[in-house]
Amino acid sequence: MLRTFPKGGIHPPENKLTSSKPIQKLPVPKVVYVPISQHIGIPAEIVVEVKEKVATGQVIAKSGGYVSSNIHAPVAGTVTKLDKIVDTRGYKTQCIVIRTDLKDESNLEAADLPLKKEITMEPGEILQRISDFGIVGLGGATFPSHVKLNIKADKTLDCLIINGVECEPYLTADHRLMLEKAEEILVGIRILMHALDVRRAIIGIENNKRDAIDLFRKLTREAPGIQIAALKVKYPQGGEKQLVRALLKREVPKNGLPLDVGVVVHNVGTVFAIYQAVQHHRPLMDRVVTVTGKKLENPSNFWVKIGTPISDLLEAVGGVPEGTRKIVSGGPMMGKALKSTDVPVTKGTSGILVIPGDEASRGKPSSCIRCGECVEVCPMGLEPHLLMNLTEKGMYQAAAREDIMTCIECGSCSYVCPSHRPLLDYIRFGKTIAKQLESNKG
Amino acid sequence: MTDSILNSVILMALLGTVAALVLYVVSRRFHVYEDPLIATVEDLLPGANCAGCGSPGCRSFAEKLVGTEDISALFCPVGGNAVMHLVAEALGKEVAEKDPTVAVIRCQGSCEVRPKTSEYQGPRSCAISALIYSGETDCQYGCLGDGDCVVACKFDAMYMDETTGLPVVITDKCTSCGMCVTACPRNIIEMRPKHKRDLKIFVGCLNEEKGGIAKKACAVACIGCSKCLDVCPKDAINMENNLAYIDPALCTLCRKCVDVCPTHSIIETNFPPRKIKEVTPVATLNIEPANPQNDA
Repeated sequence: MLRTFPKGGIHPPENKLTSSKPIQKLPVPKVVYVPISQHIGIPAEIVVEVKEKVATGQVIAKSGGYVSSNIHAPVAGTVTKLDKIVDTRGYKTQCIVIRTDLKDESNLEAADLPLKKEITMEPGEILQRISDFGIVGLGGATFPSHVKLNIKADKTLDCLIINGVECEPYLTADHRLMLEKAEEILVGIRILMHALDVRRAIIGIENNKRDAIDLFRKLTREAPGIQIAALKVKYPQGGEKQLVRALLKREVPKNGLPLDVGVVVHNVGTVFAIYQAVQHHRPLMDRVVTVTGKKLENPSNFWVKIGTPISDLLEAVGGVPEGTRKIVSGGPMMGKALKSTDVPVTKGTSGILVIPGDEASRGKPSSCIRCGECVEVCPMGLEPHLLMNLTEKGMYQAAAREDIMTCIECGSCSYVCPSHRPLLDYIRFGKTIAKQLESNKG
Repeated sequence: MTDSILNSVILMALLGTVAALVLYVVSRRFHVYEDPLIATVEDLLPGANCAGCGSPGCRSFAEKLVGTEDISALFCPVGGNAVMHLVAEALGKEVAEKDPTVAVIRCQGSCEVRPKTSEYQGPRSCAISALIYSGETDCQYGCLGDGDCVVACKFDAMYMDETTGLPVVITDKCTSCGMCVTACPRNIIEMRPKHKRDLKIFVGCLNEEKGGIAKKACAVACIGCSKCLDVCPKDAINMENNLAYIDPALCTLCRKCVDVCPTHSIIETNFPPRKIKEVTPVATLNIEPANPQNDA
């Protein structure tokens, strides 16, 4: 019996079209657009000027506070503009435009960095390095990693969980990374175990990635403390709270963090970034992005420099096919529809999904028929239909009492609703207002 | 037979008396004194409970009026000066006169001039769609067209124009309570003085982009060319973030700016037709049929 979380969850068609496609290096783009807010928290502060020459990996925007992160130049070149460009939502955000210097050696396609196993740094140094090198959670939430790794004195930590679940349909970025960089990821895990002084680590992988599970099992036969757990395929297992429950049967308290039950969760992509930062002195400048869609000529996985316009990626897979109605940044469940393909890849972009016309439309909403499907599938044990109704009627305080803030916005309720009710849209709105009310009070 | 009737009558009378006594004692014992002025003032107020004054309803506004020494800062926009004078009389306090204002829609990005570049299928609510993304057009400042202001209006003074996709204010019904102003996530709606015969001149655009980008998104956008600044004889127009704003306190309604605006983003309402031959058609939008009065 495979492990999984007990409450709710759905199993949408997996559609992992690119799981057997090796990660290719995308050519360095001519111009990169690097937004200064690529993480949750305070935007970074720009420290470069127009016309300044920057080297690959140079800090171009400094962390703006504790919950913030440094941003590094993904390419060597010249800063041409400090401009505002549209983000995924269509609003303008501040960004640094760098024109690539194509003659610079660091921009040429370099060979893969050699595997380096010995860990020479002290725990304190490692944590400082992770903070300085702009590492954020690459699973999608982009929470600055150093904040997660800062264990307060009153908390005890006994297990490190590595998230290789990738429960979103279509996406295969983490899957390919696990297959191609398994040894590096294991070194990364050992770095984290060393830095946090924990003895036990579990890599959670869903059972539709048998090859990755087998590979890790083979590699960790001799490794003490690192366990591989195959999980039943179920969305949203990649959510921290769901994953902790599935692997350790520990319930993360509501409004709490995994750390409250002695766990820290990191994505495999983040672990690889940490490996590169610690062992190779390489800041977070690129990431794996899955570019996929049923009608695409050649859906693939790419190593992409942060700041590459999404239009470049679409070109690399043979252009946007005719009849495309929607392009989504991220997976089909939690991703955001793009308003423009000029939007750059950021630290949080895990995939680009091109959806053809017939699949892109939402159903016409009708009345709630009280079937209870949404309650059944909610992994947080909430009542989505109730939360939506309360928000629709402006009863935000009542919605807050019904724990609207614990919603993880996985979208399972909207997915199963037979009446096509926009449950998540309303709940998200309700959360925003409830948060405002909360902060007004305090 | 007679006995039973008599018994029940006596019993009922006794019960009634006891209940009356209890009620009398309780009402005396737990009596709450309330200033009778509050009820008087509440009767004077319009009773719309629109919260335009800042209090949750007319009752609490009445309490505030009675409880505050200096009420010159308090104002009921629905009742206007007339009601405030009555209140002042009843309370024996001084009130400040205020010019009547009316809501104006500072966007004229109709479907024709502001092309749609994406499609929105989520819930029809401006607040929600503004949270999700910047709207179906390329203008991130303009009207989203889902009518949150119309829903918020308690006086039926707004409706959505089907052809333009923009809200329309019925100025005679508008009480300037300000509910639409708070409801609009884009802050498009502004309260502006009504002047005589509801004459108004204002910039019908909030786009802060540079001229070219603004113009590309919407044909009637303010492009920040500053031509209006140069012609204004009263320095009533200021330019900030590529966007002109006409200060209603300084504007004398001379209409010079309307004539020079190359994108027709300055709106004039309810003015009589011009006597001189017009060179350019004047942008008019979202207004009720003008009342031509040639003696203006």
